[in-house]
Amino acid sequence: MATSPAVYGVLAEFEDPTSLVSAAHQAHEAGYRRMDAYSPFPIEELHEAIGAHHTRLPLIVLIGGLCGCIGGFALQYWASTIAYPINVAGKPLNSWPAFIPVTFECTILVAALSAVLGMLALNGLPMPYHPVFNVPRFALASRNRFFLCIEAKDPQFDLESTRRFLETLNPREVTTVAD
Amino acid sequence: MVLTNTADVAIPELAGYQRRLLIAGAAGMIVSLAGLFMEPTQFLQSYLMAYMLWLGVTLGCLALGMVHQLSGGGWGVVIRRPIGAATRVLPVMTMLFLPIAFGMFRLYSWTNLDLVAHDEALQHKHLYLNTPFFLVRAAIYFLVWNTLTYFLNAWSLEQDTNPDPQFARRMQKLSAVGLLGYGLTITFASFDWLMSLEPHWFSTIYGVLIMGGQGLSALAVLIVVLVWLSRRPPLDRIIVAAHFHDLGNLMLAFIMLWAYFSFSQYLIIWSGNLPAEIAWYLHRLQTGWRAVGITLILFHFVVPFLLLLSRTMKREARTIVIVAGGILVARLVDLFWLIAPEFHQTGVSVSWLDVVLPVSLGAIWLGCFIWQLRGRAILPVHDPGFDEALGRIIEKAKERPAAAH
Repeated sequence: MATSPAVYGVLAEFEDPTSLVSAAHQAHEAGYRRMDAYSPFPIEELHEAIGAHHTRLPLIVLIGGLCGCIGGFALQYWASTIAYPINVAGKPLNSWPAFIPVTFECTILVAALSAVLGMLALNGLPMPYHPVFNVPRFALASRNRFFLCIEAKDPQFDLESTRRFLETLNPREVTTVAD
Repeated sequence: MVLTNTADVAIPELAGYQRRLLIAGAAGMIVSLAGLFMEPTQFLQSYLMAYMLWLGVTLGCLALGMVHQLSGGGWGVVIRRPIGAATRVLPVMTMLFLPIAFGMFRLYSWTNLDLVAHDEALQHKHLYLNTPFFLVRAAIYFLVWNTLTYFLNAWSLEQDTNPDPQFARRMQKLSAVGLLGYGLTITFASFDWLMSLEPHWFSTIYGVLIMGGQGLSALAVLIVVLVWLSRRPPLDRIIVAAHFHDLGNLMLAFIMLWAYFSFSQYLIIWSGNLPAEIAWYLHRLQTGWRAVGITLILFHFVVPFLLLLSRTMKREARTIVIVAGGILVARLVDLFWLIAPEFHQTGVSVSWLDVVLPVSLGAIWLGCFIWQLRGRAILPVHDPGFDEALGRIIEKAKERPAAAH
């Protein structure tokens, strides 16, 4: 539409978490999808209010865990049956019960590492710059203010009408965010 | 709807369920009495298994309740009253121990003094494993459990009419001591009642293995009860997906705990490979019983573990109730695996009593549970964690318990 390419989105500022959640609900109902909410502390309902879908993180952790499990077992199997086959107490070379503790630890290690690294990657972190920083008052997002930003990427985004829509949600202030 | 009404007023159909369950349970017990005359040892063996399952649910609830007194948290507030009702079944369970006390000469080979006279190991153990001391210990266990149950429930009832936080503090203090007492008594009780079925064998992890199993049985029953309560007023708008999610996560933790204990026991005995220790596994793993062991690995660990990893599985009442029901059956199979091979060392033997007794004892247990549930409010409105856990949900449902304050 008539959107200038230099606009990242429109940012509305709220004074309390309840207004933010209700604004996010209304924006989602109005059909907006590409938006993000910012708050100084986690708000449980907010996640659903902005229509956040399930993340792919559980799948990444599962795959990491399986890799750790198979890798940990394979390492021990290779070491004790192929590379250094030593008969201990007459037990078979592939004494799998003895491998279980290490296999378990490797599963947890790789699953935990993939959870942390996967979370950072999916969030696009580390991110030293973000367009919302262009709004000076946004610094309050880490103190006592709550923000909802509808991004220009949204197919329904139109600078004028989106601004007018956000004004109806009783914000303290609505600002256009330069990209 | 006022939440301080007793469950009897809030859910009137409870009385009917109680009557039907008690009649069904009594009928089942009368039918199985035929088994007592035809094959008394088989009857006692199946009875011990059924008894340990339902005693496990009772004591597991007692322990979970004490853990919740100490830890707090939203997960426990909605199940506090079912937990309390389950612990108040304990006096009935105490009576139901009598068949085991009378039948101990058929259950435990160390009661046979001729056998002990020819067995050096059993002679040394005779100081602990003898009939009078066995009965005295059982009396101590039941005394400890009944005392804890009595005071925790009495104070919880007073708390319903009196918002004074001193009751919560008292319950907390007793729970701290009580958990210690529970840990010690259940360890010795499991040595006495289950491990001594094979008097030569010993495993130091056995007590915690039984403890973990009791917590799991209790959670499974509590989840089934909670799903049932969530489908009718007044709790239909108060119990939300998050409650099932928390309890599902706890159940997952207990599944992993059980697997960890069971495998640790196996790994240590397998590594040591000592004749006195491996006998227990030999007549389980080198006979038809092996199939039961594999069933346990699959249905007491692998399948519920994978199912409970899923978030949707835990949050949907429809699915979590199936997982919980399955786990309760797996608990019975686990007790079967611990008890039955001692009486049938050559191969798997399932009697009709192995099905009828757990089911009828379960019906009696549930009947008594509902009877106890009916007498009190369905939620502990003066619990210090009540507002934190349920305040927002109740406000949304517009059912703030105004009359309570």
